[in-house]
Parts: sequence; structure tokens; C-alpha cells
Amino acid sequence: MKRGKWLLAAAFLAPAIVVLVGLVVWPALRTIFDSFYGPAGKEFVGLDNYRDMFRFERMRIAIRNSFIWVIAFPFFVTITGLILAVLSERVRWRTAFRLMLFMPAAIAILSSGIIWRIMYEANPERGAVNALLNIPASMFSPPGDLAGATPSTDAAFDRDGLIVSLDVGRDGGTVLVGMIGIREDEIPESAVQASSIADSPEPPGAGTLVGVVWRDARPGENERGVVEAGEFGIPDVVVRLIDAQDQELATGVTEPDGSFRITGIEPGAYRARIPASEFREPWGGITWLAPELATMSAIIAGIWIWGGFALLVIASGLASIPRELQEAARVDGANEWQVFRRVTVPLLAPVLGVVFVTLTINALKMFDLIIGIAPGSVQDEANVIALEMWRTAFTGLGNRGLGSAIAVFLFLLILPVMIFNIRRFRIEEERR
Amino acid sequence: MSAGGTAADRAKATPPLRPPVSDVELVGLTPKTPAQKFTRWLSRSSVQIVLVIVALFWLMPTIGLLITSLRPAEAFARTGWWQAITEPSQLTLENYTSLLGDSDLIDAVLSTFYIAIPSTLLPVFMAALAGYALAWIPFKGRDTLFLILVGLLVVPLQMALIPAFSVFRTFGLSGLPALWLFHTAFGLPLAIFLMRNYFAGLPGSLIEAARIDGASEWKIFLKVILPLGFPALASLTIFQFTWTWNDLLVALVFSTKQQPITLFLRDRLGEFSTGIGVISPGVFLSAIVPLIIFFAFQRYFEAGLLGGSVK
Repeated sequence: MKRGKWLLAAAFLAPAIVVLVGLVVWPALRTIFDSFYGPAGKEFVGLDNYRDMFRFERMRIAIRNSFIWVIAFPFFVTITGLILAVLSERVRWRTAFRLMLFMPAAIAILSSGIIWRIMYEANPERGAVNALLNIPASMFSPPGDLAGATPSTDAAFDRDGLIVSLDVGRDGGTVLVGMIGIREDEIPESAVQASSIADSPEPPGAGTLVGVVWRDARPGENERGVVEAGEFGIPDVVVRLIDAQDQELATGVTEPDGSFRITGIEPGAYRARIPASEFREPWGGITWLAPELATMSAIIAGIWIWGGFALLVIASGLASIPRELQEAARVDGANEWQVFRRVTVPLLAPVLGVVFVTLTINALKMFDLIIGIAPGSVQDEANVIALEMWRTAFTGLGNRGLGSAIAVFLFLLILPVMIFNIRRFRIEEERR
Repeated sequence: MSAGGTAADRAKATPPLRPPVSDVELVGLTPKTPAQKFTRWLSRSSVQIVLVIVALFWLMPTIGLLITSLRPAEAFARTGWWQAITEPSQLTLENYTSLLGDSDLIDAVLSTFYIAIPSTLLPVFMAALAGYALAWIPFKGRDTLFLILVGLLVVPLQMALIPAFSVFRTFGLSGLPALWLFHTAFGLPLAIFLMRNYFAGLPGSLIEAARIDGASEWKIFLKVILPLGFPALASLTIFQFTWTWNDLLVALVFSTKQQPITLFLRDRLGEFSTGIGVISPGVFLSAIVPLIIFFAFQRYFEAGLLGGSVK
């Protein structure tokens, strides 16, 4: 009977055990063995692979990045999950909210990486992240009407802007400020044919300065420094009149035809200044996937992918905390922050630990996200250990020994975290 | 939601001594003065606003992808996807209709099914068998064996890639069978853990009764255990399917002719901007299958993913 039971159990267990021994246990042991052998697995090299591993630049970057991942990723994801779990307790649509945030966890991590690569396009015209940041950026330092333009008439830039010398006679004076380097699609919609006022034979009149700021270019032939048909004025440009002592005397603003008029000036020599802010370039955006930023940007994408997971686990932990404890604290006069800090968080500690540990393992195994998010030229700089293991063993010539050593290194990093996790498993098991 | 509605209805009919529980949760104490009422309203609505903003931020990348997939590649090179919100004339199904003619992508989607379905069913079935033995057939060393099997969770699959690759090549098992077996192997430890624990929680009286009736263990497994274990089997199946559907690493190493959609996408990342007309709908297709499963079997999905969080 005993023997029969044993055979029976063996029959039920055999498929699983055969597969596990053949494809997990044996290969893992073989990998440890291989890690002491050369690239083709033939000659014994001792610990050379383990030494070389830390010498190769690519691997060193990978280790550094994996370290950053392990430090930053579990922390930020757990914090995000905790804050959102506590906040979403307070709304009626919490289930819908949590579901919405959990959604990215269903998608392939490679796909999530690609999704974020679209978000991170550097040009604020094309990348959503930079477009959002561009809203405050253009509020605090808006791009000028003359961004990217250079003068075609006699003028020079100084620290404060563009300077044009001019004379005002007894019949007034005129000044022409031609601009080139403005693309056709950059001409403001309100602009019209540039004014010919400065060319008119009639003098502007005593004490009056008239001028034109215009785009000194048109399709086809054109003469520099002359307002011609088909050339547009540049509206809304500020022009300051300054004297020899750099004192500001008056300010004019151009009309849609590019003309401006300043009155009440004594005859004499002056300068006109178009302030530097008119030439300010629009914000160029942050190159999120540049080599030095790529790891941080990928971690942000990681928060998006795993935030919902952390939220869900922490929320289920939150649901099992006895409400009376929080209520009692409130009755004793604790404010919401104190309740959160002194009651909720300590009670949640075991759940937060589980989330944190799980995310640490994920950080160490990070692979698909880097492939999806980092452009080819940045893959070396955004490299992580798990990715480098695959690259070493399976791309190019394929170094079996070194690849095995990296796998063993990864295993040794994961091992303590995983043992902690499995022990937690058993504790939960015993509680049942 | 409906519970909140009925509570409010009841409140209208008979004024309660205390407000409904959900309101007490919000700030804790019942407000008395107008100032307190105002603070409560403020804290409640500011939380709402914050969460609405967070939800919008969270949805934005997915919506961005969907819109990108509906715009021509030339539009992607010029402007951001949000331009299509004010200018919906940009939207076109062109990318998708041209994908229908792209046999590579159709092959990739089909291959993903060929890979994911056996890679799901095999480990679930093997784990159910093993889980039953570990829970209900007493034998010497059972608990130790269980511990060892679950302990294999500590082995990251990187540890097995290189030797397994050689072995599959030696036995001529490259391609699909390699993928099935490898996914099965690395799905098993967690699957066995979940199955054995769920089965162990089933009422022993049912199994004893079946044994007394003379049913064979195989019959008990099929007729008693599998039906009772349905929730756990469903969670595990959904988890394992999503896992293999979304896998890239195993496919990169073992795929030969049959390449899943993740590989298809990865091969096209080299020309990101020009290839966006294929990449973005491809990403959408790769996401739609797990998302459908996610929304259709939400509860099992969550249970599976939370249980599988150690993987």
C-alpha cells in the first residue's frame, strides 16, 4: 500500500520534475560550470571571466545602471503606490481608478518601452512630455517674435539685443531693420505686406521717428535692405530708443506691416535697440533619451508600468487594516498626516515590504524596457546586467564563458532578495 | 457604486443617526459648523481633482500610442499626436489596412498564439497534477520536495538560457518546442506553489468520500479537483498566458522561424521614425490581446498577477 502510494505520487509528479530537472536544475548547474571556461566553453580559465566582467566598459556601465535601478525604482514605485492607495480610498470611483492604473501591467514591457519612446520625443512639437513642460516654459520665457533671425541691414548684436544707429533730423528720421533667417512658416499670421513708409519721399515730421522691422526676403529675387512687394512686416516687435548714455527714451511696437512710430524726440544721434527677448529661441525640449538621462527616463516609464501593481497590492493591504485604529487616532486629535505616518504606514509595513522586494527583483531582471525605450545608439549607456548577459552570450560572436559568469552574478544578486520573498511565502502559508 | 446609491436612498427615507459609513471614512468626523463642512468639501474635492489628473496622466501614453497608430508616418515626423485632437482629419486607418497586407505581422500574431497557448496549457496541467500529489497523496519527503520545487523560483531564467540553447539544438528541438518547454519549465515553480496551496485548501471530506466510493486518484483529480480548483486554474492560466504572450527574452534566444510579435517589433526599432507606421499599430495589436483578457477576466487577472508577483 505504502509503495503503491509512492508510485502513484511519482506518476503525478513525474512530468513536472522531468521538465524542471532538465531545463532548470541541470542548465543552471551547467551555467555555473561554464562560467569557469572560455568563450567557446573549451578551455578552463578559472576566475578570469569574473575578473573580466568588471573590466569591460559595457558591463561596468550595466552594473552602475542596475545599481541605480535597484536604488531608485522600488523606492519611487512603492511611494507612488502608497500615496495613490491612501488617496484613492477616499473616492467612490476607487475601483475604476485602480483598474485604470493597473492597465499598463497587462501590456508587454517592450511595448510599454516603445510607448514611452513616443512620449519622450525631444522636440516639444512632437514629444508629449516636452510639450507638457513647454507650457510653463513658454509662460515664463516666451519665444521672441524674431527667434532665429539675423539682421540684413546695418546692425549689431550686443548683450542686451540688436543695436541700430540712427539720426533724427529737424524733419524727423527713419530707420529700416531688415531680418533674414525667418522661415516662411514662421511668419506670424497677423503679418501683412511690409510698410513702405520709411522709403516715402515725405519726411516723417519734426520730432518723429518712423521705422520698419520686416522680413527682408521673399520668394524669388530680392534686394537686401529694401522693402519690396511680397515682403512681410513683423508685428509686435518692441523697439527701444536709447541715447548715448544708454538711457531709454521711448518705446515703440511694430504694427502688422512692421512699422513703428516714436514721437517727441529732439534732433540728434540715437540708437534703436530691439531687446534680446525678441530673439529668444523657443524652448528646445529635454532630450530624455540622451545617454546621460536614459536610465532616469526609463525608471519613470517603469513607475508607469508597475505603479498600478504597487497600488493594487497596497490597497488590498489597506483594506485589511482595522479601521478602528485610524478612527481612534482621529478621535484622539491626530491630524490626517499623523494618522497616515503613525498608524497607517506602520500597519502597512509588511505589505510595503512585499511590494518593495518584488520590485527589487524586477529592477535586477530589467531587460525588455531598455530594448524598447532606448534608441540603438543609447543602448550601451542605458545597459543593465540582464541585458548585457544576453548581449554577451547571444549577440556578435557570443562569449559563452563570460555570459555564464554574468548570469551567475545576476543570480547571486537576486538570491538573497528571492529567499526573503520565499520566506514571506512560507510565513503567509503558516498563517492560513 | 450601487451600495452607495442605496445608502443614499435610505438616508432620504429615514434620517440616519450617523451618516453612511463611506462618508465617515472620508474625513473621519461628522462636520458640524459651516467651516468644517467647507474644509471637508475642500479636502474631498481636492483629492478628487488630484486623482483625476493622475488618471489622465496614466492614460495619456496609451492614448498617445493609439492616436499615433492612426496617423500617417509623415505626420509623426512633423507634429505630436495630440494635434489630431484638434484636427481629427489627420486620423486614418491607413496603417492598419496596410498591416493587413503585411504577412510578416500576421505571421507574428499567429506565431504568438502558437507559442503562448501550449506554453500556458502545459505548465498549468503539469502543475495541477503535481499540486494534487503534493496536497493529497501522502508520501515520505513530500514537504521537502514541495520546498525544493518552489525553491527553484530563485533561479532566474538567465541561468538556464545558454545550456538550454545548446541542448535544444543538439536534439533538434529549436523553435516552437524549445519555446514551449522552456516557458513550461520556468512557469512551473510558481504554478506548483499556487496549485498545491489552492488544492490543499479544498475540503478533505470530498476527496475522502470519493476514495471510499472507490474512485481512482486519476478520476478524483479529473472529476473533483479540477472543477473545484477552477478559480486558481483560471488565474494561473491567465497569468501564464499573459507572461508568455508578452515575453521577449525567451523568444530572442529560442525563436527560429516562428517569431512572436515582440520580436517583430524589436526588429523594427532600428528605423523608429520611418517605421512608426508599422511599429505603432504593431504595439497596439500586441497590447490588445492581454488588455481584452485583462478587462474580461479582471478578477482572475489580478489574482494571478498578484500571486505571480514573485516571478
